[in-house]
Amino acid sequence: MSAPQSASAPFLAIEGLRLSRGATSVLNGVTLSVARGELVALMGLSGGGKTTVLRVVVGLEGFDAGTIDVDRVALRPGPPPAGESLKALRARVGMVFQYHGLFDHLSVLDNVTLAPMHVARLSRDAAESRALALLASLGVDRLVKALPRELSGGQAQRVAIARTLAMEPPLLLMDEPTASLDPARRNELGRSLTRLVREEGRTLVVATHDDDLVRDFATRVVILADGAVVEEGPPGKVLSDPQHPATRFLLQTKDRRRREG
Amino acid sequence: MTRGALVLATGAAALLLALAARAAETAPPALRWGGDAEGGAPFVEADPADPSKMRGFDVEIAALIARRLGRTPAFVQVAFQSLDQSAARGDFDIGLSGIEDTPSRRAALAVTVPYYEFREVLTVRAADAGRFHRLADLSGRRVGTLAGTIAWDALVTAEKRDGIIPVSYDDDVHPYEDLAKGRLDAVLLDHVLAARSVRRVPGLAIQPTTVATGRYVAILAKENAALRDRIDGILMDAMRDGTLKGIFEEWRVWDEDQAAFEEKMKRKTQPDAATSPSPPSKKSSLSIVLSYLPSLLKASLVTITLSCLAMALAVALGVCIASGRVYGNAAVRFVLTAYVEITRGTPVLLQLFVLYYGLSSVVRLPAFVAALLGLGLNYAAYESEIYRGALEAVPKGQLEAARTLGLTEGQVLRLVRGPQAFRLALAPMTNDFVALLKDSSLVSVVTVVELTKQTAIFATNIASWAVPGALCAALYLAMSLPLARLARRLEGRWKAASA
Repeated sequence: MSAPQSASAPFLAIEGLRLSRGATSVLNGVTLSVARGELVALMGLSGGGKTTVLRVVVGLEGFDAGTIDVDRVALRPGPPPAGESLKALRARVGMVFQYHGLFDHLSVLDNVTLAPMHVARLSRDAAESRALALLASLGVDRLVKALPRELSGGQAQRVAIARTLAMEPPLLLMDEPTASLDPARRNELGRSLTRLVREEGRTLVVATHDDDLVRDFATRVVILADGAVVEEGPPGKVLSDPQHPATRFLLQTKDRRRREG
Repeated sequence: MTRGALVLATGAAALLLALAARAAETAPPALRWGGDAEGGAPFVEADPADPSKMRGFDVEIAALIARRLGRTPAFVQVAFQSLDQSAARGDFDIGLSGIEDTPSRRAALAVTVPYYEFREVLTVRAADAGRFHRLADLSGRRVGTLAGTIAWDALVTAEKRDGIIPVSYDDDVHPYEDLAKGRLDAVLLDHVLAARSVRRVPGLAIQPTTVATGRYVAILAKENAALRDRIDGILMDAMRDGTLKGIFEEWRVWDEDQAAFEEKMKRKTQPDAATSPSPPSKKSSLSIVLSYLPSLLKASLVTITLSCLAMALAVALGVCIASGRVYGNAAVRFVLTAYVEITRGTPVLLQLFVLYYGLSSVVRLPAFVAALLGLGLNYAAYESEIYRGALEAVPKGQLEAARTLGLTEGQVLRLVRGPQAFRLALAPMTNDFVALLKDSSLVSVVTVVELTKQTAIFATNIASWAVPGALCAALYLAMSLPLARLARRLEGRWKAASA
């Protein structure tokens, strides 16, 4: 499995991204480039800045220095984008959160149709048929009438993915998508993600601790430590022959945890 | 230095204690007498020169009675409308505050001989003196008086007979001010009050026709009949020896009618029920209740209408304030926070007074509108706090998810945050509505007769709170219980939908 080397410009280009909160420096010059059709895994210890990178790219947080370019939409240092550039960004990037953030007062179906109806202005019928197809492809179409509080963690995770995909974002960011899945579900999700990349031509950036998911499905892995990229490459190479001490530490911790578990 | 002050303070305290002990030994027992000093001139009022002292002709009559009983007068402040109940409870020995002689008082309390005869007279704006002579001339017009008085009964009768609109007040100062401002077209009250008010408020005229006459009496608890008899003797003596006349002359309320009244009293040994306005009612208690029921139901309608409208205003305004405090910039937040803190931190009674009386030189709000605004603006502050809390309780993760899906801030509020906040706010909102329903009883201070006020009038007239109180409570519960039920059903439905 190799990364498709597109000749065109990268879909997402991050250069020298810096962000501090008070005296704490969270991102120390992250540089990362993702081509169209890649499935990039972001790995690193908790607090290494994975989630923050995703939040900045999706426009929820501003940054102090550096440049970000998402398919010809440039984000500037300062507060989060607003107005037209935010609108253009929203049309390109979707995000699935670790704690999924489903709307508690709406059924599964209404969670998925809300944005297509009110943002993309689809008719209810069109929005529902798109939602049903997505929910079916993720294996949760039996739950259309359920409310979020009735779902298991894995079900909620897949509904949240369907909700984000319903807006058909070219770039999909995911934060810990397998945190609440068992191994069988994880493989199922991995295959779904691969299908999104191969068949629909989407670009995925997935922040994860799950090295099995990364080994089996990612086209490239990027290791973040202390707010900077320390190592990147094909998963098979990086995970079996880590070069940077931070990567080794990350994988050792995981191995020990696995043996003890 | 400090030690010196301490010694001095200790010495002063010891001296005070000694003086107090001495005073307790030598002072005659106190005669506790009750009256209402709020707008109580010339009966009882705080002395402008020394507001801790009372003055007025009732004050002097109380002093006279105390002196001749060999006791010291001690004033007890009681709201005018509560004097009867307070006397019956024994809060004071004797009540003196321009209290009218009525059959129900005679039935419920020990009442002294009348010591003054007054005339109920109409006061109108000087410009209207040519056209409003009698109540019959005031069809369709607003006429004010004190609630629960002979004048009030006369106005209620005239409402049916002449089509006037009675307006109730808790005091005798504001009716005349409202008359001058055009909120009323006439005031029916004792000539003593009218004469004083015309001196105080310019542009008013008293009509010479007497609408009714009545007498002032002092009241005691029923079991104090023996003391009442001694006081009767003292009052009769004071009439004979001219002491009463002297007091009334000093207060400029002595006239020929009064002289004739005293002559009549002096000739009689037994002044009593024969001269009192009408014999006590012999009607059965059921028929009394039935006769008051329509007015109580009408008053309930005022209460529920006022509460619903005020709540609607509070909810609408509360949503705006809460949104402003959650989404607004620093300046907006500061102004709204100040509004909420000032409104919550001051009594709604004060706000009602300010709206109705305080602002009347700028904008003359009708009573119902002032009541509606007062309650609505006040409760808006409380509602906004509920909504703000509810808005902030909706998980941030959902708001961020909604934003990344492309929803605008307005859509997030309308489609995601608002609906969830509303469900959280429903229970406390129901609570507030029930509280508002009860707080609506305060608006009687701006002349709106609602359920509690009507009940008080009812209770004053029959001199008992038992039946009116129970009826009033039943009516409030009939309004508040279905509401609580409705709220529980809604909450239940949302829970069931998610179960």
